[in-house]
Amino acid sequence: MDMNDDLTITRRELLIAGAASAAGGIPQAAGAQPAQPEAPVTARVSLQVNGTRHALEVDTRTTLLDALREHLHLTGTKKGCDQGQCGACTVLVDGRRTVSCLTLAVMHQGAKVTTIEGLGTPTSLHPMQAAFIKHDGYQCGYCTPGQICSAVGVLDEIKRGVPSHASADIAARPLLSAEELRERMSGNICRCGAYANILDAITEVAGGKA
Amino acid sequence: MKPFSYERVTTPAQAAAAIAAKPGAKFLAGGTNLLDLMKLQIETPTHLVDVNALALNKIEPTREGGLRIGALVRNADLATDARVRRDYGVLSRALVAGASGQLRNMATTAGNLMQRTRCPYFYDTNTPCNKRVPGSGCSAIGGFSRQHAVVGSSDACIATHPSDMAVALRALDATVETTNAGGQARVIPIADFHRLPGNTPHVETELQSGELITSVTLPPPLGGTHIYRKVRDRASYAFALVSVAAIVRRDGTGRVALGGVAHKPWRVEAADAELPRGAREVASRLFAGARPTQQNAFKLPLAERTIAAALHQARS
Repeated sequence: MDMNDDLTITRRELLIAGAASAAGGIPQAAGAQPAQPEAPVTARVSLQVNGTRHALEVDTRTTLLDALREHLHLTGTKKGCDQGQCGACTVLVDGRRTVSCLTLAVMHQGAKVTTIEGLGTPTSLHPMQAAFIKHDGYQCGYCTPGQICSAVGVLDEIKRGVPSHASADIAARPLLSAEELRERMSGNICRCGAYANILDAITEVAGGKA
Repeated sequence: MKPFSYERVTTPAQAAAAIAAKPGAKFLAGGTNLLDLMKLQIETPTHLVDVNALALNKIEPTREGGLRIGALVRNADLATDARVRRDYGVLSRALVAGASGQLRNMATTAGNLMQRTRCPYFYDTNTPCNKRVPGSGCSAIGGFSRQHAVVGSSDACIATHPSDMAVALRALDATVETTNAGGQARVIPIADFHRLPGNTPHVETELQSGELITSVTLPPPLGGTHIYRKVRDRASYAFALVSVAAIVRRDGTGRVALGGVAHKPWRVEAADAELPRGAREVASRLFAGARPTQQNAFKLPLAERTIAAALHQARS
């Protein structure tokens, strides 16, 4: 933990120093692009995370992911690619699955955010968490919180009739087929390759609900 | 990311005025493309105007019998709308062929139109790119160009537009409605909305500085069979090598637009007229004057075969 904190501080200091030297080092020609604000700008935002209200003052650049991990210390949500491609940072925002790395914390004033910590607890698991354990839907586990949040979102989307690329008839109610679940989970990468077991876990929860 | 100030606005007029007041300001909606580019310092706005609270998130019927789609309607919600799925299947299909479920929940209709190219050289700030740094040169020409444009490109840029949604909108002849700081509204046909690169590949749309997209309007339903076929390197969650949006009537007439081949959704009216004659004739009109590179010349036969598959699907 100490080591992580040191790294965090170092990275922030580096960013601030970098921004200052960039702003100071480039002469501004008349009529050119305006200078970047030299110092970080902060803004207030209030988030309801896993049922608890948090009032934060954050650098405007803070992604929802970094607000969860660095400010609220909810480290269940993982940073993978930090560019929206891997899905490890998936959380539910107002019930909808979202990649928290590609959205700013300040954009979510008053929003209800559910992370893996809010879905269930070790003594009272969410059915999707229990199914991932039962079906061994992971190896290293790094992508798992994102997979589980995404899977919960997927089942809600199917229930709401959201179509997918795998839907044979775009106007019909989507099915709960393996093909549908695979397509809908394509935004969550598992480099250990636990996909077959992830699919089994989601299928069991979907079947139980249907 | 470079530091920036931030404000939320609640009306289109406020939004346009906020942009006009601060040079270097940008609109922020879904943010899925803009934030990605800001992290890489390809986009460096000094001020973000968050438009998410504007009342532009509805899909409403128009007097003409079409649909007006609010600029902030999320891609997933647009694809799910019962009227869109029933009457504009090509649009629903194109939307679900793009990105991932998470991104479709976040990305907006207007933002989808405004997204920038995924050319790897545009993303790599160590290499020249006329789109990123005007006048610096194009690294894709003579570089790795398998994904790039084959038609409508220039000596300055061979990037493609990445949107699937826009290809369907082009086939449907949608219109884009905007407003500016003076409150003046304007209607831009989707055919004119995106520009070809020419000598100014950094100027990607017809929008003026501070102009805000308020909605996208679909004409009354066109009937016919709606098809969107996308060919890509993975079965899901990848940009198109080639995509085909087709609306084909029972008598074989219709419309076709291509994605993945040009700097904008690619449609040639003379090609539409060839639809009853078959894919070869359609492709030869679409690709008149095409200038593929050695690495992406495969897109021409691939597009022709994808059109053939779409026409086969329409007949069956």
